[in-house]
Amino acid sequence: MKPVIEIKSISKSYKISHERGGYIALRDVIMNVIKSPFSFVKEKARTVAGFEKKEEFWALDNINIEINRGDVIGIIGHNGAGKSTLLKILSQITPPTKGEVIIRGKVGSLLEVGTGFNPELTGRENIFLNGAIIGMTKREISRKFDQIVDFAGISKFLDTPVKYYSSGMYVRLAFSVAAHMEPDILLVDEVLAVGDAEFQRKCLNKMEEVTHKDGRTIIFVSHSMSAIERLCKKTVLLEKGRVAMTGDTRDIISHYLNVSRTAHKVIPESDAFAGKGYKITSIELVDGMIGTFGIAYDQPIHLKLSIEVNERLENMNFAISCNSLNDQLLFIVRNSDQKEHAGETLEPGRHEFDVKIEHMLRPGNYHIGLGITRDKEISYYEPYQAVLEVSPHGKQMTIQENRGPMNAISEWNLDHEYR
Amino acid sequence: MSTQVTVIRPKKIFHLSDLKELWIYKELLYFLTWRDLKVRYKQTFIGAAWAVFQPFMSMVVFSVFFGGLAKIPSDNVPYPIFVYTGLLFWQFFSAALSGTANSLVGNQALITKVYFPRLILPISSVITQLVDFFIAAIIMVGLMIYYGFMPSFTGLLMIPLLLVITFMASVGGGLFLAAINVKYRDVRYVLPYFVQILLFVTPVIYPASIAGKYSKLLAINPMTGVIQNARAALLGTAPINWFLLAISFMGCVILLVAGVYMFKKVERYFADIV
Repeated sequence: MKPVIEIKSISKSYKISHERGGYIALRDVIMNVIKSPFSFVKEKARTVAGFEKKEEFWALDNINIEINRGDVIGIIGHNGAGKSTLLKILSQITPPTKGEVIIRGKVGSLLEVGTGFNPELTGRENIFLNGAIIGMTKREISRKFDQIVDFAGISKFLDTPVKYYSSGMYVRLAFSVAAHMEPDILLVDEVLAVGDAEFQRKCLNKMEEVTHKDGRTIIFVSHSMSAIERLCKKTVLLEKGRVAMTGDTRDIISHYLNVSRTAHKVIPESDAFAGKGYKITSIELVDGMIGTFGIAYDQPIHLKLSIEVNERLENMNFAISCNSLNDQLLFIVRNSDQKEHAGETLEPGRHEFDVKIEHMLRPGNYHIGLGITRDKEISYYEPYQAVLEVSPHGKQMTIQENRGPMNAISEWNLDHEYR
Repeated sequence: MSTQVTVIRPKKIFHLSDLKELWIYKELLYFLTWRDLKVRYKQTFIGAAWAVFQPFMSMVVFSVFFGGLAKIPSDNVPYPIFVYTGLLFWQFFSAALSGTANSLVGNQALITKVYFPRLILPISSVITQLVDFFIAAIIMVGLMIYYGFMPSFTGLLMIPLLLVITFMASVGGGLFLAAINVKYRDVRYVLPYFVQILLFVTPVIYPASIAGKYSKLLAINPMTGVIQNARAALLGTAPINWFLLAISFMGCVILLVAGVYMFKKVERYFADIV
């Protein structure tokens, strides 16, 4: 039988325009032309004549993958490795620059739960709307309506506008609609990162059930190694837009975790100022273990965050998060935890934050994330900025394996009283 | 069961299968339109009455100031019904134009997460406006009864044709603007101003005859043909001007084709830009 998905030498390039976001203001263009018409014409002429080439960035570079019916394939890789771009091409949201994909069967893509949910509409109305958006027919939705409501556990609030829902209910409803879609091929991107632990488990169960019973093909992108390990037999590791490794999930994950630890400094991908007025130049681990992004369990996490700013920014706040590999949030620290540091003003130039975090992480691997808000609005958020290794070999002693979620340091004194 | 085979390649601008695809996604079109109507009428306190209130109030204000005080001629029919006929079509045109122009940027979340033929978004926004048009038309019927106008049979037949022309004009222009809007995000701020200017170069509050020898120039504006002929058809202000209508029709066809072309050209990169 022919493979359900044939990805043949797919490449995708983006043009990088420096110092700018994705879109520009017509006002600026017009002003530029008026202010300096000659340089504008010259620039245009140079571009047309081919002297000046725009810089290209290959998000995907010659990807070849074949996927058979019933396969559940995991895709892992660092941020910017091209995982999401690949899913976007497979779900036809963006066209490839080169190459071809042949898909045999109906595709359902789940790049986000609750796409198109409207807060003004009731739960019932949103089920139909969201169902239609993700590609279900009206008949299909009506048929599964009761199951969807049951799974989400919101039957009492079915006729309440979803703006009154708690975020948990909202996510449950959204996922529930998605879980009842019946495509031949399902593309899933990092959607399990939402919702509480119990609901996540329920979702994983549902997905497992679906693959086993119906022989559905699933492509699953996640940072949650435990979810990948649980669902996928085969995994593809992407690195800088290329397939670095394909094979048995266990092998790939252990390889990936080893590779991802070698960096000592993390430089966020393709994050030119993007209209935000700042750029994160690097996140560096100070006093770490030599050559790795890792620390001993009894050392603080000491980070140096470098930012380049090109316009005056007011009321900036920063946060660093730590997630376990199966996506449980362990802590968030903020500059605003100390009142006098809340709402920093940054003038144009380079800035460096020195952050020291005392922690109780037990030995293992963790995701370190970074969030930035400007005027209380999120302007940057990346929970998977770096993988931090916490080693059991401390300055004082090597600790034994500990099954609990965190580490504790104890001192034992035994007093003897002899009779 | 035959399996559906999809081939994804670097995209071409236009392909015949695009039309077939639009048909496949008709249910989504239905749901998006339904969403827009539902949300709009839920949000505003007076709901559907808004569609009636807006042109009605404009009519009252215009009648007082332009008809009553400024004594703008109105082709020998009472000014209120004269201006309302114009407003009815103008309201549809301007709302559909703005709706179409903002349809992509306003649905960013959908565009970057789900695939569907993007043309569905502007189409659904125009259909929503069409519903408003029919609601507002109720007042028109009332006014015609009040002032004792009886449309001729050909006059009534004209209405669908005029609607089609208005539809093409607003969608064509709107698609054009939508495509620019994706790239230059400040277009949406200029748009309301642009629409307002358009109102004054369209014979809505005055008859085209007021422009004298320059009235021919007004014919470039496709809405001139629509509004002049709507008055001719419903109020019998003049015989139906087939020539003007033909010019409007041709102009709109060109506008629509250009709009669709522009839209399809940018469509491929929407998800990358927004």
